[in-house]
Amino acid sequence: MELDLEPFFLSFKLAAMTTLILFIVAMPVGWWLSQTRCKCKPFVEAVVSLPIVLPPSVLGFYILYALSHNSPIGAFFEETFGVKLVFNFTGLVIASCFYSFPFMVQPLQGGFESLNKNMLEASYIAGKSKLQTLYFVALPNIKPALMTALIITFAHTVGEFGVVLMVGGSIPGETKVASVAIYEMVEIMDYSQAHVYSAIMITLSFTVLLGVYMFNLHHNKRLGVSS
Amino acid sequence: MIDVNVTKTLQGSIGEMELDVALSIKEHEFVAIAGQSGSGKTTLLRVLAGLENANGTIKVSNEIWLDATNSLATQKRGIGFVFQDYALFANMSVEENLLYVQKDRQLASHLLELTGLGELRKRLPNTLSGGQKQRVSLCRAFMKRPKLLLMDEPLSALDPSMRSKLQHDILALHKEFGTTTIMVSHDPSEIYRLASRVVMLNQGKIVQDGSPKDVLLKTQGSQKFSLTGELLEIIKADIINIAIVAIGQQIVEIVLDEEEASTFVEGEMVHVSTKAFAPSLSHL
Repeated sequence: MELDLEPFFLSFKLAAMTTLILFIVAMPVGWWLSQTRCKCKPFVEAVVSLPIVLPPSVLGFYILYALSHNSPIGAFFEETFGVKLVFNFTGLVIASCFYSFPFMVQPLQGGFESLNKNMLEASYIAGKSKLQTLYFVALPNIKPALMTALIITFAHTVGEFGVVLMVGGSIPGETKVASVAIYEMVEIMDYSQAHVYSAIMITLSFTVLLGVYMFNLHHNKRLGVSS
Repeated sequence: MIDVNVTKTLQGSIGEMELDVALSIKEHEFVAIAGQSGSGKTTLLRVLAGLENANGTIKVSNEIWLDATNSLATQKRGIGFVFQDYALFANMSVEENLLYVQKDRQLASHLLELTGLGELRKRLPNTLSGGQKQRVSLCRAFMKRPKLLLMDEPLSALDPSMRSKLQHDILALHKEFGTTTIMVSHDPSEIYRLASRVVMLNQGKIVQDGSPKDVLLKTQGSQKFSLTGELLEIIKADIINIAIVAIGQQIVEIVLDEEEASTFVEGEMVHVSTKAFAPSLSHL
């Protein structure tokens, strides 16, 4: 049996890019949510969390609708940059970013909220800007939350199926990621291949999660935080 | 010279309360702010630090920190602040905590040696005792050579022997750096040892302002001494009544006659004082 590893490679490439983009985009959102006293906070939180409760088909439908060449956004990108945003890898990345957004924002927000407010104020009093405080004080003190955010986003993107199938389809080497590949194997009743792929997914996912929890335990012991 | 004239509406435990304080503080003065919890002491300190908004004006030397149109950012006030819970940067060693404020290794070493922390410079804050943490926090507050040092009940979480060591450090640093210091405190002995002036707040207003001796000594008229305590119980014994009063950590008995006893209610706060006899002092 020839094992085609391309779907796994695609899954991990997609997850890595999504995690990187979300880390940059979601960090200010998590920071803002943790510090703000704005009355609009519950509204923003609800919007951020929507992808968790929405069926992937709803999200997939809207993303497909918004990015296709029939919509202004899709048309703009196709005419200006000559890029198509659906049924290719770029579209997958955009869809994944929406889908995994809350998984990056929520652990970061929780981490920032758990910080001693006086510690941040001590940094402001020392003359440091918000950005310096975020980088030198806040982030180093929420390493477990940071690790959780990065890994859960990565793992969640590897594990996504519905949105990917709707926005990307199943184009080998382009949008056929591991989860979609397994689905197709089951459909054509190639159970032995499905078993191998599924076992690989379980092993990888378990290893990643175990790594996160072990890191967090070690970190909390070092800084004397009881978890 | 620091001129403060601020108002702010606070949400207290008993509803809305107006903080309304006008104060003038001389350079190099050591002022203690006392008063019951919820009287606005900490808020006043945070307003001075620029950590909270308020209406009014704050003028320090010739700099305007707060007026109707502007509020100088906390970052630009160049103050030192010592928090009750230390608020050290947990990810940085003792030395890094100081250097983060100002890259001045010489000053950092000097401060650490002065407070006896030289040996601990590489340690992380969570491996230190409460007293050591507060000394680090004190050193950190001096890294900017602040003109104004603010302290929010800096010693209330420490045991008595550690307090006295830190009081010594605070006074030494206050003198060496020539800062103007404002400290929130509950502890009369601490106020007496450190401060040259006490401002007593109640419900957001200044009710007393004077030297520690004037404000803290509770005697009136010909009273030789006077203590405040809580009346715990009145026990009837034959023809007399014995009042049990808790004063600080101690319990004392006071003899009352029938008529006097009937005017007191258990649980009320009372003054214990004497006029005829001078109290005497003996070694423990």
